[in-house]
Amino acid sequence: MELTIANFVQIVIACLLIIALMVGNAVIMVYIERKAAGFIQRRPGPYEVGPRGTIQAICDSMKLLGKQLFIPGNVDWLLYFLAPVMAFLPVLLLFLPIPFGKYLVALKVDDGILLILAFAGLGVISNILAGWASNNKYGLLGAARAVAQSVAYEIPMIMALLAVVFMAGSLNLSEIVERQGTWPWQWNIVFQPLACFIYFVSLVGETNRAPFDLPEAESELTAGFHTEYSGMGFALFFLSEYANMLLVSFVCATFFLGGYKGPILDGFWWTFIKAYAVMCLIVWLRWTFPRVRFDQLLNINWKWLLPLSILNLWVTAIVLKFIE
Amino acid sequence: MAATEREEGTERKPITKAEILPPIINLKPLNFFFDVNRAMSIWPITFGLACCAIEMMSVSMARFDIARFGAEVFRPSARQADLMMVTGTVSKKMAPALVRLYEQMPAPKYVMACGNCAISGGPFKFENQYGIVEGVDNLVPVDVYVPGCPPRPEAILEGVFAIQEKILGIRFWPRPEEIPSPLAEPKKPKAAPDKAESAKA
Ligand code: SF4
Repeated sequence: MELTIANFVQIVIACLLIIALMVGNAVIMVYIERKAAGFIQRRPGPYEVGPRGTIQAICDSMKLLGKQLFIPGNVDWLLYFLAPVMAFLPVLLLFLPIPFGKYLVALKVDDGILLILAFAGLGVISNILAGWASNNKYGLLGAARAVAQSVAYEIPMIMALLAVVFMAGSLNLSEIVERQGTWPWQWNIVFQPLACFIYFVSLVGETNRAPFDLPEAESELTAGFHTEYSGMGFALFFLSEYANMLLVSFVCATFFLGGYKGPILDGFWWTFIKAYAVMCLIVWLRWTFPRVRFDQLLNINWKWLLPLSILNLWVTAIVLKFIE
Repeated sequence: MAATEREEGTERKPITKAEILPPIINLKPLNFFFDVNRAMSIWPITFGLACCAIEMMSVSMARFDIARFGAEVFRPSARQADLMMVTGTVSKKMAPALVRLYEQMPAPKYVMACGNCAISGGPFKFENQYGIVEGVDNLVPVDVYVPGCPPRPEAILEGVFAIQEKILGIRFWPRPEEIPSPLAEPKKPKAAPDKAESAKA
């Protein structure tokens, strides 16, 4: 793709819009998450700050902005400040190839999913940097866990996505959406139920959400890799966590749930509805299941998800060959 | 050389007061804005010492629900917390850990002494008592005292409001005595006066 001025302007505008989306998403999701937690535990959740507690998340972020910036002793300060920024920036790049609507794509590339999978690994590096730079044993242990978990769950995730790529015959995300129909029984979730399930489980593991939130398990590790971060550093980690959640939900919606296609009126609203439905499912999971042990976490992955995803890929390939 | 003397070069520095610089931007509306936000999201640190901690747990559960006022985010790490609820008996063994946690919290930080033990030693204040710190204000500066053994969860909520009032100088929520109590004036049965009036007429 040539880099013309029009292209450049388009990408800059897209980046700004994506930043707005990320921040807005964090504000909305914090509210939804706390409300959902409240309803699941039979209490009202945030209620008094603003009408029905709606500006609670804004108050929290403003408070974090006003907190003391703190550098603990014996800290590698360059890495210490770099880590939260590094957690935040790559996510920006990952949103570029997502087709929100038919024409609403920031960067039309032929191998969009490759770009996403390649750069998703950068988020883990920021976790390692945070754990290492903060010179704290809990931070380091949390970072080590984050790496083990992320590396493990990336493999079944790729395998599950690969099965869909086989069916569509393309790595282009728009193409994959175009191959699916408008009605729910024409979506990939019907043709690839196992892949969808595997992708969903690894998505929870990949974004470090409960029940797989081992890197920040507070009963064992205080707060994991962001133990030493106060104020805005912590807020940036939080922001990137929610942005990552949104990203994997968008990928899920694109690959398995028909993207921007819906029964009536195709358009970007369908992508958003589907992605937020997946997000709500993740929140629901978090407040329902207890945290797994670390060996259980890796056993689920290596003993179940990986063989199943390989089997799924195999069967897909054979069936496709016969249909030809 | 006496045992209490230190080796040369390892003398303790005299304790000095921290230098507090005036804020660079000191606008009243801006300060007020940040204060409102601080008051509306007080995150306590996950931290309980004795029986009073059970009341702290119940204040975050259904029925009382501290989440209504945005204060249910119990942070495990001291770096991300604003409020230290000292709920329970502070033993002398625990004191250094408590002071350390207090020192690890970043700047706008508040301490609530919950329960008689944290206020003054409570039931443990007697002659020849050797293991308990009599009052957490011997260790760290306390903002709000919540009495009771243990205090009711409503009292702990009231303590959070007191901290908000201390930050802002305004109380957002109505005071308990301003809310008309259903028990204060039992309603007269409606039918009786009606009958009396109709009889008069
Ligand atoms: S004040 Fe009473 S309830 Fe609270 S910690 Fe002390 S003895 Fe326990």
